[in-house]
Amino acid sequence: MDFQLNEEQQMLQDTVARMVRGEYSFEKRLDFSETELGYSADFWKQLGELGITAVPFPEELGGFGGTGVEVQSVMTELGRGLCLEPYVQSVILGGGLISQAGNDDQKDHWLPGIAGGELQVAVALQEPQSHYDLHRVETRAERSGDGYTLNGRKAVVIGGHSAGLLVVSARTSGDSDSAEGLSLFAIDPKVDGVERRSYPTNDGAKGCDVFLDNVRLSADALLGDEGKAGPVIEYQAGRAIAALCAEAVGCMEEANKLTLDYLKQRKQFGVPIGSFQVLQHRMVDMMSELEQARSMAILAASVADNEQSTERRRVLAAAKNVIGRAGQFISESGIQMHGGIGMTWEYSFAHYAKRLILINHQLGDDDHHLEAFASLLQAG
Amino acid sequence: MDMNYTADELAFRDEVRAFLDENLPEDIAAKVKGFKKLTKEDHQRWQKILSGQGWYATHWPEEYGGVKWSPVQKHIWDDESCRYGVPRTVPFGVNMVAPVIIKFGNEDQKQKYLPRILSGEDWWAQGYSEPGAGSDLASVKTRAVREGDHYIVNGQKTWTTLGQHANMIFCLVRTNTEVKKQEGISFLLIDMETPGIAVRPIITLDGEHEVNEVFFENVKVPVENLVGEEDKGWTYAKYLLTYERTGLAGIGLSKAALEHLKDLASRRMKNGRPLLEDPSFSQRIAKVEIDLLAAGISNLRIIAAVEGGGMPGAESSMLKVKGTEIRQSINDLARRALGAYAMPFVEEEMSLDYDGEFLSDENAAPVTPQYFNNRKLSIFGGSNEIQKNIVSKMILGL
Repeated sequence: MDFQLNEEQQMLQDTVARMVRGEYSFEKRLDFSETELGYSADFWKQLGELGITAVPFPEELGGFGGTGVEVQSVMTELGRGLCLEPYVQSVILGGGLISQAGNDDQKDHWLPGIAGGELQVAVALQEPQSHYDLHRVETRAERSGDGYTLNGRKAVVIGGHSAGLLVVSARTSGDSDSAEGLSLFAIDPKVDGVERRSYPTNDGAKGCDVFLDNVRLSADALLGDEGKAGPVIEYQAGRAIAALCAEAVGCMEEANKLTLDYLKQRKQFGVPIGSFQVLQHRMVDMMSELEQARSMAILAASVADNEQSTERRRVLAAAKNVIGRAGQFISESGIQMHGGIGMTWEYSFAHYAKRLILINHQLGDDDHHLEAFASLLQAG
Repeated sequence: MDMNYTADELAFRDEVRAFLDENLPEDIAAKVKGFKKLTKEDHQRWQKILSGQGWYATHWPEEYGGVKWSPVQKHIWDDESCRYGVPRTVPFGVNMVAPVIIKFGNEDQKQKYLPRILSGEDWWAQGYSEPGAGSDLASVKTRAVREGDHYIVNGQKTWTTLGQHANMIFCLVRTNTEVKKQEGISFLLIDMETPGIAVRPIITLDGEHEVNEVFFENVKVPVENLVGEEDKGWTYAKYLLTYERTGLAGIGLSKAALEHLKDLASRRMKNGRPLLEDPSFSQRIAKVEIDLLAAGISNLRIIAAVEGGGMPGAESSMLKVKGTEIRQSINDLARRALGAYAMPFVEEEMSLDYDGEFLSDENAAPVTPQYFNNRKLSIFGGSNEIQKNIVSKMILGL
């Protein structure tokens, strides 16, 4: 048993950490967030040039053939820097869905650009009524001629406002909550019938809702077999969950560090507030929560690229549940112990708190994953 | 033991309802109920209506234009106000500085300031907290040095709520550095137009401008603006804090927030049916509603004790902790009810004037910002840790 990163994994993590330290000060992050793009085009380009966006792809695409552990190394550091770049959306989910479902032509067409950071992909899997259930899809894809016509609406597509390619789930058959009958389509967001309503998010990123009104696609827009996308979506969402867990751990480490520093520096009643036992214990609880989260992020990373199984499902649901709860505890406790200053825009802590709360709203909150885990109790 | 309102109290409640039915502007109530943004003008418009009815100053003696309500009547007013979507009274003038002026101010100060508070001519801000004086309020450093007929004030106040609207501010200032910290504080009334005062916004994590820093650089304040005696300000400050602490439990506000949550959960869907019918989510709502029911009765017990001539003591500290935890739980659940739609920050939908399509739900946009904003509830008015210290000292004798 060895919980240490190997030399290559450590080098990868150090590289990303160095880039984030060098390019991603808190002040710059605020500026990136304010731009129309919502992240740094330069930083994204650098991630591409240094092969970071290629990490999970095979060597012939310039990647490491990296699995969950390598992705964890990258995401922890991007989380520590509160980086806004759509790595999870484009590289993990977009790249993952195309890798798993696409045919050779489609992979050759899109994967090099994704791995190189030149093509930014967004995935449109959720819908207004789906409440984290990715099999609940009402968007319809109907055969027309030798292609398809899509109608429906996809919700909260992070990075969708700026994406060069959308990967969209739509129903080709079955009831609206059926895992059967789902298909994936690669859509150029500029084609007729695609409307995007863009918005900033509460944690400083950007996204959009996608409205599909008689969007006509040729047959080669279909990724994988018609009606067979349910398991692909679930599997790739699992990889993304592991990546989000790692991101959250990076955020939590930084949030705890800021809080601990504050407890040592801030004086009230003539002493550092860290001398008050009630705050000491709360800080200890924050640290314990972080350790629980770290353990689950490691476990999630270790199963992320395994073949699908009940055990993989259980681990990923458990991990996202722990991360959600720990993230909320650390956000709320950290704000409380900072007092008013923890609630101000110009201090970085508040932005870590917001990211941690909203990670819980991506790919299922702790309630959702508690139910998912509970539903697997019998199977275990 | 009788848990019911008396006939007189019920008649009063009907009177309150009739008044609100008749006079509360619909647009203002819609903003309050939907947690949308209120303008300064909204507050002032409603204040004029209340003043016209003689119901604005609920903590003042009648001789100064107050209304003589019993603690139970005040409670009925608060409860109905929250239910109807009455804007929360901005308390700094009418409920904070005014009681201090009435109790400790001189006749000139009463004549000058109280009518202007009633009429809405003055908007007051609170100058208590400083960068180094939060929970440890008595450690104020803002200096006031007497020079002839003036005090020269230098220093900085912070977390000044709605200070951007204010033309007057009451401040705790240090007039004596030779004595122990509680004994060298004075209570000054300062015109915000005086040269040397600068107000800088503090933007909070939800992007809102609600609080400010106020800087004082050689600000000349006439000595007649001193309330009571020099160096005795801590006594007045503590008196004011007893007014601040009442109502901090926010029971009525939690009830309104709970209705808002249920309404939202009746429209947001999970597994093809409303969240309100989802077994686990409805239990989470039920749990917080039960807590609120209990806290509401605790609140009534305190009110009844005060009605009987008692003083609200450390029990109100307990209630502040419980009440703020409840409201924060409700905000947490509302955010959860939105699912992925907790993420978008849709500023345009926070205004009542918005007439476009709503992204998800007409009441969704303010939910996540409000969850973040209301983390302040357990921090301000004496943090919940400070409240627990009060309880352990005053009630438990620890």
